[in-house]
Amino acid sequence: MSNQALPRPRFNAPEPERESKAALKIEARTAPLLQGKVSEIPDAVFGWAMRLCGLAVVALLGLIVYQLILGSQLSWHAFGWKFFGQSDWNPVEDSYGALPFMYGTIVSSLLSLVIAVPLSIGVAVFITEMCPVGLRGILSFTTELLAAIPSVVYGLWAIFVLVPILREYVQPFLGKTLGWTGLFTGPPYGIGMLAAGVILAIMIIPIISSITREVLTVVPQHQREAVLALGATRWEMIRMGVLRNARAGIVGAIILGLGRALGETMAVTMVIGNRPEIAKSLFAPGYTMASVLANEFTEATGDLYLSALIEIGLALFFVTIVVNALARLMVWSVTRGQPARSLA
Amino acid sequence: MPDTNSNSEAGGIPQFGIPEISIPPISRRRRVTDHVMTGVAVLTVALVLLPLFAIFAYLVYKGIGSINLAFLTQTPKPVGEPGGGMANAIVGSMVILSIASLLGVPLGIGAGIFLSEYGRNRYGDIVRFVSDVLNGVPSIVIGIVAYGLVVMRQKHFSALAGGVALAIMMIPTIARTTEQMLLLVPQAIREAAYGLGVSRWRTTLSITLRTATSGVITGVMLAFARVAGETAPLLFTAFGNQFWNWKTDQPTAALSLQIFTYAISPFDEWHRQAWAGALVLIVLIVSAVAAVRIAVKHGTLAGA
Repeated sequence: MSNQALPRPRFNAPEPERESKAALKIEARTAPLLQGKVSEIPDAVFGWAMRLCGLAVVALLGLIVYQLILGSQLSWHAFGWKFFGQSDWNPVEDSYGALPFMYGTIVSSLLSLVIAVPLSIGVAVFITEMCPVGLRGILSFTTELLAAIPSVVYGLWAIFVLVPILREYVQPFLGKTLGWTGLFTGPPYGIGMLAAGVILAIMIIPIISSITREVLTVVPQHQREAVLALGATRWEMIRMGVLRNARAGIVGAIILGLGRALGETMAVTMVIGNRPEIAKSLFAPGYTMASVLANEFTEATGDLYLSALIEIGLALFFVTIVVNALARLMVWSVTRGQPARSLA
Repeated sequence: MPDTNSNSEAGGIPQFGIPEISIPPISRRRRVTDHVMTGVAVLTVALVLLPLFAIFAYLVYKGIGSINLAFLTQTPKPVGEPGGGMANAIVGSMVILSIASLLGVPLGIGAGIFLSEYGRNRYGDIVRFVSDVLNGVPSIVIGIVAYGLVVMRQKHFSALAGGVALAIMMIPTIARTTEQMLLLVPQAIREAAYGLGVSRWRTTLSITLRTATSGVITGVMLAFARVAGETAPLLFTAFGNQFWNWKTDQPTAALSLQIFTYAISPFDEWHRQAWAGALVLIVLIVSAVAAVRIAVKHGTLAGA
């Protein structure tokens, strides 16, 4: 006790902290602000203007809902719930059913998840747990680059590179080995549900892996240390100490990826084949809710036709809203609303 | 020594004898599993990077041969005639993006200021949640909304409608990143300004926002990069155009629309031009993203 520093005498003023450059800069800027009297009116006006901007965001969502519901009235009154249960899509006879599109959207999205989930979790685990520090920044930057490529460019690449590869090599192989399941039968066109699933998977990997990475980073370090101290190997540490703790967040990341896949339009439209049919085989062409909008909206001649398309948009909107809200809540439950911690 | 009180902060090593427990060696099975899983992780990284490199390699390989002066200065030629370019689409994209930025950036930043300065409460939480949800609305649905809002009223497709659609997509991203950046500004700086008698609005604009400028710009550029390549919301708003158009209330060409039209066409010449257009688009977007990455050294925005 005796050799500890004596408490500072009370009367000594605390040493002035060294002024940072930023503080000096701000001081220089504030000088002109101090002239003149402070009125309360501009403050109130500014405060309410900003609140209005915040309100505008909420109003925007309201506007979207209003527009979609207004636009789909005609179709809703004509078909009711039957719209979602009937698979006939015939603009000539003004008979519309959304079932094939819903089927296509769900199957292509699930297929993309089957491919993307193991890959993106693998990448996230590698970047956070295994990778040398120097490589981290480069790898996360490169995977984020994948997210910066526009959808239409993915589609372009898929048409001219992915589809021929699928047609020549992948589909004959799958047909031969897994044809008995019924999922991989029929002529290998290349274009079809499988191509849509693969290109969607490539597109959602960056989202799933970057959010998974975020979630893995917030797992406390002592969890890892505790498992390692019990004699676990690195993989056992990852499995028991990291992945298990981050479960809810990873599921959230996957659902967020699903939300993106459900609404993805251009790349899917370019490779799925655009035929409103329900087929078991993944080789067969299909159609999704988003791609029917992309293809037929500008050509919709009748009011009912347009209204039916808008109703598909409304359904797509509600599904993605629910999926996204669910995912956000799950990610928040792990990260507690913290901003993404940087690894780079 | 047995007096544990005196050195409890020095680690508190228990002094009783360590029992002779034999730790079993890590079994062969566990060791192999460990190595296999490491291998699997490396493999997934390779599998994810493969398409990235494939896309870029193909873009450069196919695109670079087709970019020439004509491509950058001329309008599309009719089918069968070689040559022509996408100059009108490049300019059209810029017009649409300018309109989108003019509408979306002030509103987005305003919403961000609301969230960080006035929205530390329930109302703020609502706006935060709504903007996260808005971020996930499919772009094609936003296209329908812009169609109903602008195209139906004007009775024809226009650059304005395209701009409105893209602005709606920019707002949530800008609002959330602006909020995050403003929250990074230390409270003490705000208090210092108040202490000097500066009014609240002036503090927010000239001190808080000013301090966070680089971060806010980063957010704006990220949002810009995100919508720059969008095609779906432009399909039935801007619609596309084969000729020059300088009016904001007329159908306008956009680079991404032109790529789509050419990619699904059956003509080789148009495929070639689609690749060139894609390369131009990617170069524009990637340079924006890279600039952002350099500007904000250790990406507070990573994964935003």
